[in-house]
Amino acid sequence: MVEKQSRWANVYLVIMFLILYSPIFYLIFYSFNAGQYMQNFSGFSLVHYGELFADDRMLQIVLNTFVVALLSSLLATIVGTFGALGIFSVRNSFLKNLLLSLNNILLVSPDVIIGASFLIFFTLLGLSLGFGSVLMSHIAFSIPIVVLMVLPKLNEMNSSLIDAAQDLGANSWQVLTRVILPYLTPGIAAGFFMAFTYSLDDFAVTFFVTGNGFSTLAVEIYSRARQGVSLEINALSAMMFLISLALVAGYFFINQHNTTRKSKKGRGRG
Amino acid sequence: MKNRLFYFIPYSLWLILFVGAPIVLMLGESFLSISHHFTLANYQDFLGSGTYLQMTFNSVWYAFLITLITLIVSFPTALFLSNLKYKQFWLLLIILPTWINLLLKTYAFIGLLSKDGSINHFIELLGFAPQQLLFTEASFVLVAAYIEIPFMILPIFNSINEIDRSLINASYDLGATKWQTFRRVILPLSADGIRAGIQAVFIPSLSLFMITRLIGGNRVITLGTAIEEHFLVTQNWGLGSTIGVVLIIAMIITMALTRERKKRGRK
Repeated sequence: MVEKQSRWANVYLVIMFLILYSPIFYLIFYSFNAGQYMQNFSGFSLVHYGELFADDRMLQIVLNTFVVALLSSLLATIVGTFGALGIFSVRNSFLKNLLLSLNNILLVSPDVIIGASFLIFFTLLGLSLGFGSVLMSHIAFSIPIVVLMVLPKLNEMNSSLIDAAQDLGANSWQVLTRVILPYLTPGIAAGFFMAFTYSLDDFAVTFFVTGNGFSTLAVEIYSRARQGVSLEINALSAMMFLISLALVAGYFFINQHNTTRKSKKGRGRG
Repeated sequence: MKNRLFYFIPYSLWLILFVGAPIVLMLGESFLSISHHFTLANYQDFLGSGTYLQMTFNSVWYAFLITLITLIVSFPTALFLSNLKYKQFWLLLIILPTWINLLLKTYAFIGLLSKDGSINHFIELLGFAPQQLLFTEASFVLVAAYIEIPFMILPIFNSINEIDRSLINASYDLGATKWQTFRRVILPLSADGIRAGIQAVFIPSLSLFMITRLIGGNRVITLGTAIEEHFLVTQNWGLGSTIGVVLIIAMIITMALTRERKKRGRK
C-alpha cells in the first residue's frame, strides 16, 4: 500500500539526521579531548569530566536545576489537574472556550515576554529574586501544558462511572480519589513529565527572574559560553544527553503503558 | 458539582496572578517614564526614531528567513518520514534533539563555526580560504533554523500522516502524475500542519535573544534582544515594555494569519 520511496528520499533523510545530530555529537566528541579547545582533537582524556565533578559550583547548579524542575512540575501538576477538572465541569461552551484560550496564553507567548512581565510582577510585589521567583515562574508556565494533557482524558471518561459511584453511595471526595483521579493517572503522568522537561529546558524566563545569587544550568552555560569555550561544558552536555535519552525512554514507557491499558480495555470489551 | 469552586481556586489564582496581571502590568509599564510618571514618550521614541522601526523590520525579516528555510527543509523530511516503515520511531529521533537544552546546541555551534573549527576545515578542504563564520547574520539565521527544524517537522508530519492513503491512491488511479498528486492532494491536505509549523517557528524567531548574542555577536538585534537589553542592561523598563507590546501585537497578527481555516473544507 505504501509505495516504495526513491533512493533519493532516503538519502535526504540520512542527511537530515546527520545535520540534526552532528552538533550534538560534535560537543560530546570534544568532551573527551585532552586539549583545551573545541578543535584539533589531541588525544582521548577524561580530564574534563574530572573538572566537572570537582566543580562544586557547577554541581550545586545542577542540583538547583533538578530541585526546581521537580518541585515546579509537582506543584504545576496539582494545580493543572484541578484546573482541568474545573474547566471540564463548566457547561457553558462560551465560558469553556474562554478559559481554554486564557489557559493557552502562556504556551504561545514568547518566553522573553513571559520573563519580562514576570520580572515586573515580582518587583511590584517586592519579592526578592532568586529560588522563589524562579520556582514560581516555572510552576506558572508549566500549568497550561498539564491542563492540556489531563483534559482529553477527562473528556473521554465515561460519565456513568461517576453516576455509578454516586449511586453506590460514594461522597464527592471518594468519587474524586477513587474514580476520577485513578482514571486520569496516565494523563497526569504525561503532564508531570512535560512540565519537568519544560522546566529543565527553560532558559529565557529563568534568565529574567533569577537575580544574582541563584542560577540554573541553562543560565550558567550562557554566562560561561559568553566568556568562550570551556570543555567542562562539553562534558556536562554529554551527561545531559544521557539524561535526555533516559527521559525520552521514560516518556516512551508512559505512552506505551497508556496504549497497552487502552488495548487491554478494548480486548475486555470485545 | 459543588466542588467546582474548590477546583477552581488554585487555578483561577494562577490565571489572575500569572496570566492576567503580568500582561496588564507590562502594558501599564509601557506608559511609564523612568521616574514612574504617565507618558507616551516610550511610544514616541519607538515610532519616531528610525532605529527602532528598522530594528523591528529586521527582526521580522530574519524571522521570515528562518521560517522559510525551516519550511523548505522540513516539508520533504516530514513527507519522506511518513512513508517509512517505523515512522513513529524515526519521528521520535527527530524530536529527541529538542530535549537537549537549547543553550548546549547553540554552544556546539560556537565550536563548529569558529575560525579554526570544523566547518572552516571543510571549507579549506574544498580549496577556499577560511571564512569568518561566527558573528555574522548568516550564521545567526542558520543556527536559529537548525534549532527550529523539529518544531516545523512535527506538525507537518502529523497532518501528512492523517491523510487517508486511499485519496493518494485514487489520485494515481485517476492518472495524476506524482507532481500533480503532490500539488493537488498532499499539499492542500497538509496546509493546517504547515500553518501550525509556521506559527511554532515564526513567533519564537522574533524573540530569540541568546542566539543573537552567542552566534550573531550583537550584529543581529531582534525584538527579543532589544527587550532583554532594556530590561536587564539599560534598566529602561518602560521602553522595554513598549517593545514587548509590539512583540505581542506581532504575535497576535501571526496567529491570526496562520489560524486553522475550518470553513474551506465545504466547497
